Amino acid sequence: MVAIQILGLEKSYSVGFWYKRQKRALCPLHLEVEDGEIFGFLGPNGAGKTTTLKILMGLVFPSAGSARILGKEWTDPAVKAQIGFLPEQPYFYDYLTAHELLEYYGQLSGVPAKNRTHRVEQVLQQVGLRDVRGLQLRKFSKGMLQRVGIGQAILHDPKLVFFDEPMSGLDPMGRREVRDLMEQLKREGKTVFFSTHILSDAEALCDRVAIIHKGELLRVGAVDDLTSSVQGKVELLWQGTQVPASIKALGAECHVAGDKVRAIVNETQQDAAIDALRRERLRLVSIIPVRTSLEAYFVEKLRHAETTAGTTA
Amino acid sequence: MRTSIAYIASNTFREAVRDRVLYNLIAFALLLSGAAILVGQISIEIEKLVVINLGLTAVSLFGIVIAIFIGIGLVSKEIEKRTLYTVLSRPVRRWQFIVGKFFGLAGTLVVNTFFMAIGVFAALFYVSHKFVKADALIFVALYFIILQFLIICSLSLLFSSFSTPLLSAIFAFSLFVIGSFAEDLRNFAAMAHGITRWLATGAAYLVPNFSAFNVITSIAHEQPVAGRLILQNTVYALFYATMALSGAVLIFERRDLK
Repeated sequence: MVAIQILGLEKSYSVGFWYKRQKRALCPLHLEVEDGEIFGFLGPNGAGKTTTLKILMGLVFPSAGSARILGKEWTDPAVKAQIGFLPEQPYFYDYLTAHELLEYYGQLSGVPAKNRTHRVEQVLQQVGLRDVRGLQLRKFSKGMLQRVGIGQAILHDPKLVFFDEPMSGLDPMGRREVRDLMEQLKREGKTVFFSTHILSDAEALCDRVAIIHKGELLRVGAVDDLTSSVQGKVELLWQGTQVPASIKALGAECHVAGDKVRAIVNETQQDAAIDALRRERLRLVSIIPVRTSLEAYFVEKLRHAETTAGTTA
Repeated sequence: MRTSIAYIASNTFREAVRDRVLYNLIAFALLLSGAAILVGQISIEIEKLVVINLGLTAVSLFGIVIAIFIGIGLVSKEIEKRTLYTVLSRPVRRWQFIVGKFFGLAGTLVVNTFFMAIGVFAALFYVSHKFVKADALIFVALYFIILQFLIICSLSLLFSSFSTPLLSAIFAFSLFVIGSFAEDLRNFAAMAHGITRWLATGAAYLVPNFSAFNVITSIAHEQPVAGRLILQNTVYALFYATMALSGAVLIFERRDLK
């Protein structure tokens, strides 16, 4: 089943005071997100990620196109009861405590009164804010507000969750917890759609990603497919700090880090390098084919898009 | 659907109650009632008249200030701080948000008026040591003040739905001042000729007629208020507030929340 079906959504804004002209924020976007997957929406700042999310949330009206969420028109109010949304850099009513805020959102989301308080406590526990549930949000740090934001997005047990830059403002521990939470949501059968420009997070979490740049969709695919192109090189890792001359002679790029050496050689020279290590009685730790990282793929795609745009212009 | 409005109204009320500026304004209103007592003591034989006049005027002015001060930020502040995003991404319609905000602010003002009225009655009791039947007329003046608040709340929300807080405040205050002289504007329109007459008549009927709600002086002189005026003002205030609120909803329904 398709959880999100974006059918040519498009957005242009009028800019200028006297002379109005149209600025395109989103080119016709066609995208499908499968039920139960973690989908990453990647792009640099100003690519159109937040605009897309705002359109799907009904905060911004599209210039053209439509979308279906969980099989219904995206404007259908029934849809909103089944989705959760974390905006980018969220800000909440700072005169409320975390508990009061989640109670309020629970009321608006239609969480039954008899379960509400229990559910709020459960979510506060889940996002690690139970100890500060009585503290007004104006005293919260950025990271704590992000946790509140995640809490309000999952409070009503939605089938589909939209996160806009969920790792923003979080420390490494917080980022890890959010990643764990997303994986847990996936295990519970929920669909997660999140935008980010932190590619390591996307690479670690996503089943599929879409890359968007200047409002235009560049590529959609499984992370494995995008990163599988082997560059014809292998990485050898061995114990020690010694780099044999015969390996240097192969033209390998060598880096000594601590008590290990990492060398990248051509695939054709792999056996010769292993033989050299044996001769020197060095202990081989691993041999890994060098894969294009999502980051490298992303940068290459963006550069290509820039070059194409420059040529066309 | 109705419950969403109630939840939003209740949260708006809670926000206003927790806002320290609001407490300051109440304190000022109470202070002014205290001043009324002082003025009453130096006004021979007309202490009661001065206390009612000054007290009710203070209730009205402070309420108007609160209505505009909070009303202008009700929508724009939510957009600016992006608190609206997590509300409208739930099963809440935009019109419910506007109506909920209106009721929340109106509720806040009714509660404030109640407390300020206690101050006025306390001051009145202090100067006259007893209540008489004619003092019940003060309730009519308070009712009219609340009707004025409903209009101001809806206008503040209307301006807040498309403008910045500063401009909204200027618009709302201007309309309040012009509306307080609506009768004079109508008289001027009746005397004018040609296009000026049309323009003045249009403006006179477009601005809220707050002068019809001002019965403070006549009540201070213990003059009764006609039942017809009460009915007329009630219908007028509800109609005007509904129209302004509908305008706010129409604008807000089409607005991109960038």
